[in-house]
Amino acid sequence: MIPFLLRRVCIEMPLSLLVIFTVTFFLIRLAPGGPFSSEKSVSAQVRAELERHYGLDKPLQVQYVNYLASVVRGDLGPSFKYPGSTVADLIAGAFPVSLELGCYALLFALLFGITAGMLAASKNGTWCDYLIMSIGMGGICIPSFVLGPLLVLVFGLILGWLPVAGWSGPLDRVLPSLTLGMVYVAYIARLMRGGMLEILVQDFIKTARAKGLSERMVLVRHAMRGSLLPVVSFLGPAAAGLVTGSFVVETIFSIPGLGRFFVTAAFNRDYTMIMGTVIFYAVIIITFNMVVDVLLAYLDPRLRNG
Amino acid sequence: MQRRHVMNQINVIQLPLFSLLSFLLSCSQKTTPVERGISSQTLLIANQTEPQDLDPHIVTGVPEFHIMEALFEGLVIAEPKELQPVPGVARSWDLAADGLTWTFHLRNDAVWSNGDRVTAGDFRFSYQRILSPNLGSEYAYMHFCIEGAEAYNKGTITDFSKVGVDALDDTTLVMRLCRPTPYFLSLLAHHSFFPVHPATILKFGKIDTRGTVWTRPENFTGNGPFRLAAWEINRIIAVKKSETYWDRSSVRLREIDFFPIDNQQTEERSFRTGGVHVTANLAPGKIEWYRANRPEALRTDPYLGTYFYVVNVTKPPLDDPAVRRALSLAVDRAAIVRHILKGGQPPATCYTPPGTGGYHADSAVRFDTTEAKRLLAKAGYGPGGRSFPAVELLYNTSETHHTVAQAVQQMWKRHLGIEVTLVNQEWKVYLASKQRGRFGIARMGWIGDYNDPMTFLDMWVKDGGNNNSGWSHTRYDSLIAVAAATSDREARFAAFREAEALLLDEMPIVPVYFYTNVYLLHPAVKGWDPNLLNIHNYKYVYLEK
Repeated sequence: MIPFLLRRVCIEMPLSLLVIFTVTFFLIRLAPGGPFSSEKSVSAQVRAELERHYGLDKPLQVQYVNYLASVVRGDLGPSFKYPGSTVADLIAGAFPVSLELGCYALLFALLFGITAGMLAASKNGTWCDYLIMSIGMGGICIPSFVLGPLLVLVFGLILGWLPVAGWSGPLDRVLPSLTLGMVYVAYIARLMRGGMLEILVQDFIKTARAKGLSERMVLVRHAMRGSLLPVVSFLGPAAAGLVTGSFVVETIFSIPGLGRFFVTAAFNRDYTMIMGTVIFYAVIIITFNMVVDVLLAYLDPRLRNG
Repeated sequence: MQRRHVMNQINVIQLPLFSLLSFLLSCSQKTTPVERGISSQTLLIANQTEPQDLDPHIVTGVPEFHIMEALFEGLVIAEPKELQPVPGVARSWDLAADGLTWTFHLRNDAVWSNGDRVTAGDFRFSYQRILSPNLGSEYAYMHFCIEGAEAYNKGTITDFSKVGVDALDDTTLVMRLCRPTPYFLSLLAHHSFFPVHPATILKFGKIDTRGTVWTRPENFTGNGPFRLAAWEINRIIAVKKSETYWDRSSVRLREIDFFPIDNQQTEERSFRTGGVHVTANLAPGKIEWYRANRPEALRTDPYLGTYFYVVNVTKPPLDDPAVRRALSLAVDRAAIVRHILKGGQPPATCYTPPGTGGYHADSAVRFDTTEAKRLLAKAGYGPGGRSFPAVELLYNTSETHHTVAQAVQQMWKRHLGIEVTLVNQEWKVYLASKQRGRFGIARMGWIGDYNDPMTFLDMWVKDGGNNNSGWSHTRYDSLIAVAAATSDREARFAAFREAEALLLDEMPIVPVYFYTNVYLLHPAVKGWDPNLLNIHNYKYVYLEK
């Protein structure tokens, strides 16, 4: 296990990051327009000064090496769009918000997804099962840019129960978390239902029922644990997707998370901010995937040498 | 057993649902932030995007300017209704007989938020800073009417004492201009002329260091009616009434919260649920609803800007003025503003918005399909002539630009029988295409920096930085030079009028409409007067039921 871990951490992870860094660096330079283009043209002299200030006057390969060295030292550089802030500052300010939102959404998805999946499985083939699975399919199909405004319309504008935008009080967390988590509720419910249907026909469940245990005890104590396995394996990529933020949900609800920076940085051609967020996301996703791989390797020794 | 089984399952699903419902039911709020704001004199503003910075010499956008207005004050401020310059840090000023030398007398009681006095030397330091080449300020050109300013900014001279800005003593600032500039006082209300606190700047870098942390709330020093209280990126900028501001007795607001809400739907919903007093915009699709249901909240203020198409005159068939005139004559501007924009935008009859600094151009833009057809035929296109070559109409991604372009495309097809291809590009790609001349016809909008026709008309001179049309005319350039060299109002306006008539005869641009500023304003907000530059000095604003 240790050589496997060492190989992942010391060789494969840095290599993956280097490839992502390199591809992103050169790809964004191919996009037309630059960080200092605007509707009112900047004079050649001001542009030259700005480019000198940010090191954009040097040959591209020199910029690449310089920035790579800077990132290796842990310095993601200053933001071009926000001159008073560094990329690290902006990420440090925005990521906790995305993380918090992602955690609430994941919690909501697990709570409702597992419950709905269990209920559907226990009522397999009845109207209740079909209803839950239909709603689940709806949850997967309805994109967040439709669901978000719909929830806002009902709970914010018509009922007036919840705020429609912002990230100040606890109530501000409700609608964005529901919007972001809804699609995962649907996935988890379907995975849970499938897992539970497999478990419910096992002999040990029949034994449990024969012993006179209540159905609730059978479901919660005996069936649930085994049914959770597909959900747990789904949690790795789901958690990575949730905590890295969502541009759509953050924009709809005006949330100061990292998802907005990730997208607006590309629109602004804020080169350092694009690089910083891409590297940051890459580290998170690679880490989550690595954790899953390690778990799988732990469960299946054949993978450790593969 | 079966019944208990069902009950248990219902409990499993009911528990979380019931908890959520109870939570939501307990959420009904007694008062909205807007109502609480009215009681506490806290103005809540939806301010589009996160500001780049809070450095008045660095920032370039409208959202930033709205915050600058609260935190800084220049020598003069713009009176809110007509934008006439009234005393700010300067209590009075004189213009010498040469029409070029301005002397400003600063008030003794103007102080920074840290208690230091605002001196003439601070202004000199500030103007030296914005003109320093290393700072890379995009608005340094606003100072180029000052003697030696352009040369200093371009590095031709390095001694700032050769620039026409002198602090004779703490309260006397003299500025010498290199040309008569009748709108000079109006320029001084622009944020590029705001002072910065020298000691604060030098504490965190050199005079020309870009992007230091002096604008963070814990380091910030300003001289405006409000002081910076909090800046949480992408969340809020809160400013509180300054206790050191010289005219603090006139300031009735106690706090202003700026929220960076860049989504028009979100800010409208926020307004509707009592989250903000003012929005930055209102989507055209919502205007009719507000006009019918909440007319007291809908504002359609005139705005100093023109929406137009720029024509690349270097590309056939657009190199023929008759073709360009025909295209312009075939655009039904009244229909565009009535059916698409709906925000009270006046159809363009000329290029410079009527009333800019008191100037009115002659009406030269109209809708006349018969004349349009005749001109196109004269150019050799249409029935019996050549077929019209492929032309592209470029615009940046936006629902409104797209709809307007579609309408214009249809008008040209119906009235002139020509096909134009619509090309939609992402903002930076569009800018690059426009600046490199890779377009046939392109959408443009121009918002005046100050209330004078010069801000519109000087962009079409030969090699003007924003003149992407490829068009130039020596007579036009000389007329703009005449207007720039005289302070006589009638002579200037006559030169502008002739220049604009020439521009609209040659038609390197097709004006479509004049902007209005369409937004939502809570009726409790008082002192928020409509004006051409969308400037709202917060010391005149207050909240009252």
